[in-house]
Amino acid sequence: MLKQTEGSHAVAEAVALCRPEVICAYPISPQTHIVEGLGELVKSGELQNCEYTNVESEFAAMSVAIGSSAAGARTYTATASQGLLFMAEAVYNASGLGLPIVMTVANRAIGAPINIWNDHTDTMSQRDCGWIQIFAETNQEAADLHIQAFKLAEELSLPVMVCMDGFILTHAYEQVDMPSQEQVDAFLPPYSPRQSLDPAAPVSIGAMVGPEAFSEVRYLAHAKQMQALDLIPKISAEFKEIFGRDSGGLVRSYLCDDAETIVVALGSVIGTIKDTVDEMRAEGHKIGVLGIHSFRPFPAEAIRKALSKAKHVVVLEKSIAIGVGGVVASNVRLALDGIDSRIYCVVAGLGGRNILRTSLHRVFRQAEAGELEALHFLDLDWDVVNRELERERTQRRSGPIAENILRDVSAVRSSSVG
Amino acid sequence: MSYEPIKFYQTGTFTIGNRLLAPEQRTGQADMGRTNSLNSGHRACQGCGEALGARYAIDAVMRATGNQMIACNATGCLEVFSTPYPETSWQIPWIHSLFGNAAAVATGVAAAMKVKGKKDVRVIAQGGDGGTTDIGFGCLSGMFERNDDVLYICYDNQAYMNTGVQRSSATPPAARTATTMPVGPEPGNAWGQGKNVPQIAMAHGIPYVATATVADLHDLEAKVKRAMEFRGARYIHIFVPCPLGWGAASHDTIRLARLAKETGLFPVYSAEYGEVVSVSKIRQKQPVEDYLRPQRRFAHLFGKNPNVEVIARFQEMADRNIRKFGLLDDNK
Repeated sequence: MLKQTEGSHAVAEAVALCRPEVICAYPISPQTHIVEGLGELVKSGELQNCEYTNVESEFAAMSVAIGSSAAGARTYTATASQGLLFMAEAVYNASGLGLPIVMTVANRAIGAPINIWNDHTDTMSQRDCGWIQIFAETNQEAADLHIQAFKLAEELSLPVMVCMDGFILTHAYEQVDMPSQEQVDAFLPPYSPRQSLDPAAPVSIGAMVGPEAFSEVRYLAHAKQMQALDLIPKISAEFKEIFGRDSGGLVRSYLCDDAETIVVALGSVIGTIKDTVDEMRAEGHKIGVLGIHSFRPFPAEAIRKALSKAKHVVVLEKSIAIGVGGVVASNVRLALDGIDSRIYCVVAGLGGRNILRTSLHRVFRQAEAGELEALHFLDLDWDVVNRELERERTQRRSGPIAENILRDVSAVRSSSVG
Repeated sequence: MSYEPIKFYQTGTFTIGNRLLAPEQRTGQADMGRTNSLNSGHRACQGCGEALGARYAIDAVMRATGNQMIACNATGCLEVFSTPYPETSWQIPWIHSLFGNAAAVATGVAAAMKVKGKKDVRVIAQGGDGGTTDIGFGCLSGMFERNDDVLYICYDNQAYMNTGVQRSSATPPAARTATTMPVGPEPGNAWGQGKNVPQIAMAHGIPYVATATVADLHDLEAKVKRAMEFRGARYIHIFVPCPLGWGAASHDTIRLARLAKETGLFPVYSAEYGEVVSVSKIRQKQPVEDYLRPQRRFAHLFGKNPNVEVIARFQEMADRNIRKFGLLDDNK
């Protein structure tokens, strides 16, 4: 049923259609509307057979989820940013124990300086934690991916993180085709756990493992993610059969067949890039987009195949691996090992900075011409950066960086106004 | 006919022989059908108070629930010595997740049992004092505040023993630990610090809070049984001496636990909905010195020049507990 709805609300409804049995809620922007929506559905009785727990922290949220999932209940929670970091220990634990928890991450920057707006630094910080990480391009896909996520998680007995851009998707109202309960029930079978806490068949879960077997346990976690490389496209195809649309999968190409330049990205920015690519195509540029929808497992083969003919690869990412450059770009470079193409990393949209089409036009053209540096920061204000570097060079007690820059920016603005 | 109550301490051991009790009062460990929740073969040290307390407590939970129970364990000695790969001593469904989240994991298990209609399956969480009073305190308080249907058992040996005897917020003042060494002008752990979790648990107004020691295992079993008669959040804080961490003889575990209670340093009581409902009276008050002296963690208080001031402060602490909880019989 077509519905004009907020991204968060579409996700809440999609999660409810999956018949979750335990939901742990702790508020953090921009994830709040999702758990609020679910809370209302449970409280009103619309979502039955579901325990909704208001916990005291994200660490508790993931811990409660670990308990309920280990006891055989289909479990959901949502977080973002600092919340994901605060629960990090339990995030690793959930995947280590092989518990098929589904969690939305409403992608948001990580402080300090505190910043509530969107980028991907939060989930990128957890890229190696053993969770599957899938990224939504639109609100429709965000809703759809949650339905796929439960199936994926439970078939593999692995937790799945559904990543959707904070505010840009979570708070945007747009048309979403909401699935029916019958469709979801036909797609998603009831949860049948591989392991569960049951007095009729007592097991010890989470026992200590020493050097004699630890490598094997970790390798199995890797092997399971490799299984997901086969399962994700399969589930996406099954989804299409019942729901009639493409959602999820490992990667999706747009105008890549003859493209000499291909832009690689994750999440909602793919939409902006597609628009830019359309405009450049109209001018005769051979450019396309490759959207990565599964970041973990990393679909190296699919990416290699999609990019093998491109002369220029621009990885545009909303995260920064400080001290190296790009997170996604490093992974893409690995996938393209041995292929003769130029790979550029463009760090963009940090902390909610708008990614403008005019800026994209500029860097894509520079890339086509081979004039873009290997690591480029989109729309970085070099004056501000250089002034701070100069302050630090000349004064020992140069003060807090963020405050300096804010003062600097506002001084520049007010002087230009005045 | 006049009735002269038997004073068991006259036997010289203070112990109540199991055979002197009516069958229904005897410990579950004397039952041929005992459940061996924490089975033999685990790696606890000789004289471990925690292993003893856990064995009695969990067996008592099993009896109270007809074995319909699930346990969530914090990281710590109990977890490490009971489940060295590929072995486990637990005869119950058991999960270990992290150091600081046992109470929250138990909340999750309880939520799952509720939603699945398994009302008969009861959930417990357990950890040491570090996992309870320090790193797990946020989750514990959250579980209390929501009144989740979980019994949390803290085995308090007054320091981080698993990591090599470091101070926790349950470490007594003056005690030597690896992070509060007996050096300098004020040797050992600082005075005026620490956290009284049973009292904090009571302040949450939860249905049941109790303290116990491994010196009175009948009392411990009775408290576990009572705890399982309630629904909602419950807390039992068990005093468990640690021979290794305290520098005490393995055969002194029970004696030290009894002295902690008989000096008044560790008040044994129970509370329902925030009100104290029972107090285990001191049978023969002992000076704190008798409790402190056998433990090497307090050795710097004794020797050639005993630190009488510090010992007096301990005595004040004990006497304050005695007044606060009414630990002495008024008749005495």
